[in-house]
Amino acid sequence: MQYTEVLVVGAGLAGLRAAIGVNERNHKALVLSKVHPLRSHSIAAQGGVNAALGNHHRGVTDTPLKHAFDTVKGSDYLADQDAAILMCEEAPKRIYELERWGCPFSRTVDGKIAQRPFGGAGFPRTAYAVDRTGHVMLHTLYEQAVRFEEYSERQEMGFLDEWLVTRLVVDAGVCCGVVAVNLLTGEVEGITAEAVIFGTGGSGRMYAQSTNALINSAHGMAVAYWAGVPLKDMEFIQFHPTTLWGTNILMTEGCRGEGGFLTNSEGKRFLADYPDSQKAMEVAPRDITARNMTREILAGRGVKGKYLNLDLRHLGADKINARLPGIREIAMSFAGVDPIVDPIPVIPAQHYTMGGISTNIHCETEVKGFYAAGEAACVSVHGGNRLGGNSLLDTVVFGAIAGWKAADFVDGKAAMKQGMKAVEAAVEEERKVLDALRNAAGTEDPAAIRDELGQAMQEGVGIFRDKEKIQKALGTVLALKGRFQDVKATYRGRGMNPELTNNLELRANLDVAEVVVRGALGREESRGSHFRVDFPQRDDARFLQHTVARHVDGEGKISFSPVALGTWEPKERKY
Amino acid sequence: MAATCRFSIFRHDAAADEAPRFQQYEVPYTEGLTVLGGLIHIQQRLDGSLAFRYSCRAGVCGSCAMHINGRYRLACETQVADCKLDVAVRPLGHLPIVRDLVVDMGRFWKHYQHIKPYLIPGTPPPAAGEYVQTPDDRARLDVIIDCILCASCYGACTTTAADPEFLGPAALAKANRFLVDSRDAATEERLELVSGDHGVWRCHQIFSCQQVCPKSINPPGSIADLRRAAIRHRLRRRAHPE
Ligand SMILES: Cc1cc2nc3c(=O)[nH]c(=O)nc-3n(C[C@H](O)[C@H](O)[C@H](O)COP(=O)(O)OP(=O)(O)OC[C@H]3O[C@@H](n4cnc5c(N)ncnc54)[C@H](O)[C@@H]3O)c2cc1C
Ligand code: FES
Repeated sequence: MQYTEVLVVGAGLAGLRAAIGVNERNHKALVLSKVHPLRSHSIAAQGGVNAALGNHHRGVTDTPLKHAFDTVKGSDYLADQDAAILMCEEAPKRIYELERWGCPFSRTVDGKIAQRPFGGAGFPRTAYAVDRTGHVMLHTLYEQAVRFEEYSERQEMGFLDEWLVTRLVVDAGVCCGVVAVNLLTGEVEGITAEAVIFGTGGSGRMYAQSTNALINSAHGMAVAYWAGVPLKDMEFIQFHPTTLWGTNILMTEGCRGEGGFLTNSEGKRFLADYPDSQKAMEVAPRDITARNMTREILAGRGVKGKYLNLDLRHLGADKINARLPGIREIAMSFAGVDPIVDPIPVIPAQHYTMGGISTNIHCETEVKGFYAAGEAACVSVHGGNRLGGNSLLDTVVFGAIAGWKAADFVDGKAAMKQGMKAVEAAVEEERKVLDALRNAAGTEDPAAIRDELGQAMQEGVGIFRDKEKIQKALGTVLALKGRFQDVKATYRGRGMNPELTNNLELRANLDVAEVVVRGALGREESRGSHFRVDFPQRDDARFLQHTVARHVDGEGKISFSPVALGTWEPKERKY
Repeated sequence: MAATCRFSIFRHDAAADEAPRFQQYEVPYTEGLTVLGGLIHIQQRLDGSLAFRYSCRAGVCGSCAMHINGRYRLACETQVADCKLDVAVRPLGHLPIVRDLVVDMGRFWKHYQHIKPYLIPGTPPPAAGEYVQTPDDRARLDVIIDCILCASCYGACTTTAADPEFLGPAALAKANRFLVDSRDAATEERLELVSGDHGVWRCHQIFSCQQVCPKSINPPGSIADLRRAAIRHRLRRRAHPE
């Protein structure tokens, strides 16, 4: 049994910023992650992070409130307006802070943080470091965490790398800690904590085609959901317009922000043919662009019938090498295409989970002492569609808030270490569950279940949805859940048992996938990324509401909760 | 018949096995299959016990460096076709093996931490906004900040083989990354940290680290810069003793 004041699960941007926040408020943070912090998915973010800094010559009149408006409009009015305003007001502080901590942002000629245009934004407000913004941000936060660790006198900052949390322990509505597996040794241990923060990232890998790291399995969301914490707005899945044909590795929106074109088999910039992208063209928001790309392919104008071209050639070698060198490297290594010479073959694919563990504006959940931030959480600031560059922002803004709030919560506690007994009991139970899964003598092949799940999600809850398709997906997911009960395990070792880890993640994936599908079925309207062919209009009268999913008797139960409005009246979204 | 490719993989459980062995697998080949893709196929469909690290599958997270057909590379960036459908894989060198392709990176991270891998500015932060850094000053950080700490260089380095305490190419390049940052002021402190017995003077300038770096970073260049700076620093100290 281990003990800490605040346990941070996840060491991506949200988790690391939360841990620093806990230390800033003079409490101990233990950061636990299933991979080394620098291997977290945040490392892969490319294009940039939004803040109304006004450093671009076309952005001098930009303000946090304008940023918040763009965010709310981009969300198709599903974001909570107070949360969006808070995020955008905090944005410059968090970005300047990162810079002062050493983050090597690209620079303007006068030495300020450089900004570029991104989709759905009124001004160029996306601060960037070439096309490796997540890489430099994560390195910077990890460096600071190492600094805090080094300077600490009584282990105020500690790390547990390669540990997987499998259970959140809640007793009478209060969070007591977690049960986790040391992946290297296979030991199952309890960690009692006065407060727990989840920064466990997204769920992309439930889809067959995703830009996400292979480790993004929705596991953290599932662990919270199993413990009774509701998930919110899970049917809102973002499909990124430009992912590399074949591998779905991301080609950042920055490609289009820097002036890249999307063209069809006739070499035409087809976005001009669709009313909702006619004006903004390549920098229309992602949901609109991804839909119009899919329509274009369905209409038979895809290149070789399959993909579209992302053409950067007219930007010239100098600009490509200066602003998009990582993109060029990826296109060359993974598709054998040099964007200076040839267009890049792209298709839309799953990219981001707008929904997540339901929190309020303070990152608090329904369970006392349990917080969530980053892609794992849904505050909500992204609503039906996230703007590019707002997710990195979300991680550092709400990561910090989660850290501070958790520390304050510990301050206010009368008695410490109260949760120990409950954690001990949970460890006992979890050992049995894990042993059973490790020794499972069933007949079902987990790889087949994973493949079928990915396919069902692609088909049923992809870019275009309708009742029939969604219902079919629900049938499949439920059947797969049933089959998983009879899963087969072949390796019995405890330490470094990849099969066990994969099966644990698959189990999580299945339950969260069910929530996505049920949410999509219940939302009989089209809003943001959720497009119902059978209900093509937004329906504010019925659905200007968040979807809330709870785990009841092994199944997802859907209800709705109000959206925080108040500053802007919902209007039709036009770009 | 569908095309297949062959994998010959180093297997070892330090806790259980006496000696390591190589195990052979046949994997269906499809165009674009990477070495990582092949390993995942094996782990998920042929042998649930095969241990290795991965995360991004896009050459950016640094998890999957290993020795593939005679050279340290990222498994996710290596095409099976470029290995002529015949792949031989071993773990990173010069680090203790935990199991199969998983090594204990503890020493590598210890060296990273040793050089104080964080900005230590000399002046208090500006009252508002950012530290001003000219595009030229920022350009000095290009490439060197791309390091993904995959430890390919560490595995390839001949000095780390002989001296486990040698800081190694990645940590030294990281030290230089802060030295060349116009915002950092801890030059002397870091030079002290890198010019000890296991620091810059141990490097034999064999350049294997540079050859294997998947991000085209030049650690020997950094090490040479650090040596020059360390000499200047020593001369200065001799001229102006405290
Ligand atoms: C390719 C790509 C490019 C992107 N580019 C941009 C961009 O330019 N701008 C932008 O704003 N957004 C971008 N995004 C989105 C953004 O990068 C992510 O949403 C964000 O980084 C998520 O950060 P996070 O800290 O919430 O989670 P992550 O970085 O995913 O970290 C999750 C952490 O949780 C840990 N973890 C998860 N489950 C468990 C468990 N059960 N037990 C223990 N540990 C666990 C993991 O080990 C990891 O440390 C991009 C996304 C992708 C896929
Ligand atoms: S899996 Fe990330 S670098 Fe290979």
